[in-house]
Amino acid sequence: MRINEHPILEFERGKQISFTCDGKSVNAFEGETIAAALHAAGIKTLSHSVKEERPRGFFCAIGKCSSCMMQVNGVPNVKTCMVLAEEGMDVKSQTGWGKLGLADAKRGYERKKIPVIETEIAIVGAGPAGLSAALYASRFGAKCMVFEENTQVGGQLIKQTHMFFGSKDHHAKVRGIDIGQKLIDGLNENVQVLTGTPVVGYYPEKELAVIKDKRLTIVKADKIIVATGASENMLSFPNNDLPGVYGAGAVQTLMNVYGILPGEKMLMIGAGNIGVIVAYQLLQAGVHVEAVLEALPTIGAYQVHASKLRRCEVPILTRHTIKRAFGNGKVEGATIVELDENWQEVPGTERDVEVDTICLSVGLKPTTEIFEMAGCRMVQIPELGGHIPWRGHSMETSVNGVYVAGDASSIEEASSAMLEGRMAGLDAAEQLKGASEELSKEKQHVKESLDELRAGPFGEKIRQGEAKLEEARS
Amino acid sequence: MSDFLKNGYLTLDDIRQPEDARFAKGAVAVIECVQKIPCNPCSDACPKGAITMKTSINDTPDIDFSLCNGCGICVANCPGLAIFLIDKNYSETEALVGMPYEFRPLPEAEEAVTLIDRQGQVCGKGVVKKVRNTKAMDRTPIVFIAMDKDLAMTARFFRR
Repeated sequence: MRINEHPILEFERGKQISFTCDGKSVNAFEGETIAAALHAAGIKTLSHSVKEERPRGFFCAIGKCSSCMMQVNGVPNVKTCMVLAEEGMDVKSQTGWGKLGLADAKRGYERKKIPVIETEIAIVGAGPAGLSAALYASRFGAKCMVFEENTQVGGQLIKQTHMFFGSKDHHAKVRGIDIGQKLIDGLNENVQVLTGTPVVGYYPEKELAVIKDKRLTIVKADKIIVATGASENMLSFPNNDLPGVYGAGAVQTLMNVYGILPGEKMLMIGAGNIGVIVAYQLLQAGVHVEAVLEALPTIGAYQVHASKLRRCEVPILTRHTIKRAFGNGKVEGATIVELDENWQEVPGTERDVEVDTICLSVGLKPTTEIFEMAGCRMVQIPELGGHIPWRGHSMETSVNGVYVAGDASSIEEASSAMLEGRMAGLDAAEQLKGASEELSKEKQHVKESLDELRAGPFGEKIRQGEAKLEEARS
Repeated sequence: MSDFLKNGYLTLDDIRQPEDARFAKGAVAVIECVQKIPCNPCSDACPKGAITMKTSINDTPDIDFSLCNGCGICVANCPGLAIFLIDKNYSETEALVGMPYEFRPLPEAEEAVTLIDRQGQVCGKGVVKKVRNTKAMDRTPIVFIAMDKDLAMTARFFRR
């Protein structure tokens, strides 16, 4: 089902194409990923699990999990949320590990020299942090290449239809989608952005292994800024693997990037800003939101976001959680239950709700594999998202010339991700091109702007985390 | 303060209201934003300088009702959709309430609607009088609804 009228978005769909899924013809629009097109066609089961052969649908829709892997044109384990649908494609659901036939493996194999690309700054990820890093480093003359594994530039900004908070300097009152466009429009000729180009490895000294045009390519850089973002947390409950249990970001991808309804009746788990904002966006897309559940005794989201939802007749149930999902091969409902002050289920409070989709918004985990490959010192700071690379005040990690920015450094708002990216980009440019008064002024401004964002009660957790990081710095 | 952290909605006790004398002069903005979040577009947008942040963007907005002329620019500039325009002087018996409305399709003038309060409960009936939707408002139109004067500080949304 596709969304045609939307209060914020206009969906410009490409040419209509068709491909086959398990022999059945599926219509899609050019520019849609395979997983999105299948969802629009009502196909939510993409594979079956290895041991129990349980049906699986997608979960994250941004290439972080592997729940959407299918066989595409004979190649198994293709993440269908990241590959665009093409006319005549042969897509098959996959059971188990997936097999690459020997004949397929040999076909087209040819020993070739691995191509090598050189750049001054290599940036991993074209989200708010990566784009801001490129924007500011290039302004001071540094040549940047940005590698983005997804098919679109902008990271999570491309699905944020709401107006941002902060001050003018943080793009306040501008919608996330438009901030993403502003960043892209601001890039100069020093920046090259490559989409559909995942970074799969790090080699010393400062070399990245990337998959460019389906080939392994080595990127040699003087500085590397890693802005890989985060992945969504799962929640443990029976049947949490049923097709129809999606991460909040996946739901946003479907409805706000591709204009595809994620479901008709939704249960949202988690009343932090993301859960409450996405619940409101679901209403805007025409989805019924049964309730928002929050295990904590209080709502984590801003009061203004929660109030928006409440006056739209959506209940927010604090001290409530999901006990189980149920359904035959797909989500058909959930049992919800009240929790007491010791986080124990209150007997007799279980009740079933009839929903076709369950959306999880229960926190994020920084994506840190590249830092570990690079040998960066890692620290454990729960307030910043857990396992993260140690960093100095200018976002440089313990490995000289390797930087971190955005959710990969601490789970926070996109506004702070942009400032962190800006700081990393400025520092890398300063080290490459030399210091200037203008540059150090910029850095000082970014620092003050970040402090301002984090100064209020909602910044307390981040401030505590930063204090722990400061201890680790000495 | 009410239990908004637990249930998500404000009550009248949480909200700073203009005096009756100011209400008697016509449309005025009422800001329903009580938490210290980093945000200040309302104060940037106000052409009369009526909305100020005490020291930082983390303060709650402070509105001087005597300076507010009810223009409504702040309504579409509020990222939290937390500002409403209240005109208790609309007619002898009715008030006109302007609400930010980010849904489609937009209502038409003279459409009858069911009014909803802050906690999502039906509280009465109203009639849409006009929809303001300019380019500068960037997809946050204001729907103006005539309703019983008593509902002016109660109704905050509507059902078609």
